[in-house]
Amino acid sequence: MNNGVVLPLIIPMLAGLLMAMLRRNVGIQRVLSLVSMVLVFGITLKLVQQVRYEGIQTLAVGGWQAPFGIVLVADMFSLLLVLTASLVATACILFAFRSIGKEREQFYFYPLFQFLLVGVNGSFLTGDLFNLFVFFEVMLFSSYVLLSLGGTKRQLKATIKYVVINSLSSTIFLLGIAYLYAVVGTLNMAHLSVRIAEIGQGGYLTAVALVFMVVFSLKAALFLFFWLPGSYSAPPTAVGAVFAALLTKVGIYALFRMFTLVFYHQPEVTHTLLAVMAALTMLLGGLGAVAYRDIHRILGYNVIIGVGFIVAGLAIFTQEALMGAIYYLLHDMVVKALLFLLGGIIILVAGSDQLKKMGGLIRNYPVLGWLFLLTTLALGGIPPLSGFLGKVLIVQEGLALGASATGFYWLTGLALLSSLLVLFSLIKIFILAFWGEARVSRSGEKKEIKGLLIPCAGLLAVSIFLGVGAEVLYPYVEQAGNGLMHPEVYIEAVLSEVI
Amino acid sequence: MEALMSVVIGLLFAIGVYLLLSRNLLRIILGSSLISHGANLLILTMGGLKKGEVPLLERDAASYTDPIPQALILTAIVINFALTAFLLVLAYRTYVSVGTDDMEQMRGLEDE
Repeated sequence: MNNGVVLPLIIPMLAGLLMAMLRRNVGIQRVLSLVSMVLVFGITLKLVQQVRYEGIQTLAVGGWQAPFGIVLVADMFSLLLVLTASLVATACILFAFRSIGKEREQFYFYPLFQFLLVGVNGSFLTGDLFNLFVFFEVMLFSSYVLLSLGGTKRQLKATIKYVVINSLSSTIFLLGIAYLYAVVGTLNMAHLSVRIAEIGQGGYLTAVALVFMVVFSLKAALFLFFWLPGSYSAPPTAVGAVFAALLTKVGIYALFRMFTLVFYHQPEVTHTLLAVMAALTMLLGGLGAVAYRDIHRILGYNVIIGVGFIVAGLAIFTQEALMGAIYYLLHDMVVKALLFLLGGIIILVAGSDQLKKMGGLIRNYPVLGWLFLLTTLALGGIPPLSGFLGKVLIVQEGLALGASATGFYWLTGLALLSSLLVLFSLIKIFILAFWGEARVSRSGEKKEIKGLLIPCAGLLAVSIFLGVGAEVLYPYVEQAGNGLMHPEVYIEAVLSEVI
Repeated sequence: MEALMSVVIGLLFAIGVYLLLSRNLLRIILGSSLISHGANLLILTMGGLKKGEVPLLERDAASYTDPIPQALILTAIVINFALTAFLLVLAYRTYVSVGTDDMEQMRGLEDE
């Protein structure tokens, strides 16, 4: 029992409720947003240390013991994600101060942002499958409103599709829960794991596992990513960045949790399918990123490639590969937010998202150019930036497994190819937008973007820390990977008082 | 009873999917609403249909009903209610702003 586990949910929720009552007082809302994020970060840091030295922390909400009540579980994997999410969210809020506009600020932008984080942190921390559904909905509802807030035609058109697709996938989630409950009679994830291990994961349960795979793949944009480029490019930059960094990652987290803790008995079915989907995601995402010539779409397809790469680590399913995937997941959250923020600034200063209308930005905006180049290199996996270690671990394990099953050679090959396509698509933005003749300097004067660059520089510093400080991070990631490979640790922590 | 329920659920899903695949925005919203009703009935059925006393202490009975599916459905209904309300408002705003409720004409991203 540790009451601290609930704080990463409670703090943003209270902050959000308070802010909703102070609609016109934008100044207080800004301060509260930052205070809430700093508090969540500090508390999560403390929880990380507790988990490191005392083991997994749990909280039976309302005093109802697992598996009967809802339980919140903070293991290392969840906490690392919560920690990174709060960093990313802080940067996006700072960016929003200068860019979101007075109207959106007065119409509940900051409260909605906090509610989004309640959903995200809740999804990471809950130990109950139905509660996961509820937190998904909290997150999705905030994202629906954030996506449509402002009401431009483009936003409305994107929101309609996004809402319909997500409501359908939520319904499928409910179907999966119903099927699962009928067989095992529990929804607590640790208890599910115990019971499925007892009765064996037969054909029926594997089919249910596939239902969950469809749901979470749709949320994570794993193979079922057709909705993503459109909806992530419609909202303002700060919102797009937080979507790109956090929303798909919650889907990935759910995939990791379900297929390492609950449905890990039939990897030749489930994990093979994950591998195929990851490979196709990387390939199709890569083609998309290379094919288009507007920044919004290129960035959207880059999110998709990242998802494929992380799930490849899950599909390989060894401890080193999972550690690589966790490293890459943390890196991807930071760098995708950074990429979307920088892309937003480029679109702002160039006045268009079409690459053919840009050029010569490096003259007026040298810092922006260098930040973008460094981000590109981080995503490409150039050491010592943050993408390197995750890629090395996943590729190494993929090649090691390839010796016994040649399919993994294909997966690893596609993973390497996708890195190349990422690098190519982003360098294309860099060359076309920053080099060449200046096209915008004639019409518009130099725009003031210093305030926008500060959060970006902060995120880049985090990314460099993830790369250079990998040594410091290693024991934590190792513990997280170990927890994923050994579900009994998680089960022991949750059900110790019952079994 | 279970057989009847599965037929009803199947019908709800079939109608829901049919409506969801049409071009008219209002039909899509009705479709998604019907599908989620189907899902709620499915949860109820999968939890096991049986008669019995409410599962409270001090109530002596031969059998009790399972409260979990009911709690799940209650939550799901509330969520679906909010979702439908939001979707209807959103659809109206989109209709006013874009000038159509035909999904075919809402393709693409451009502001035009």
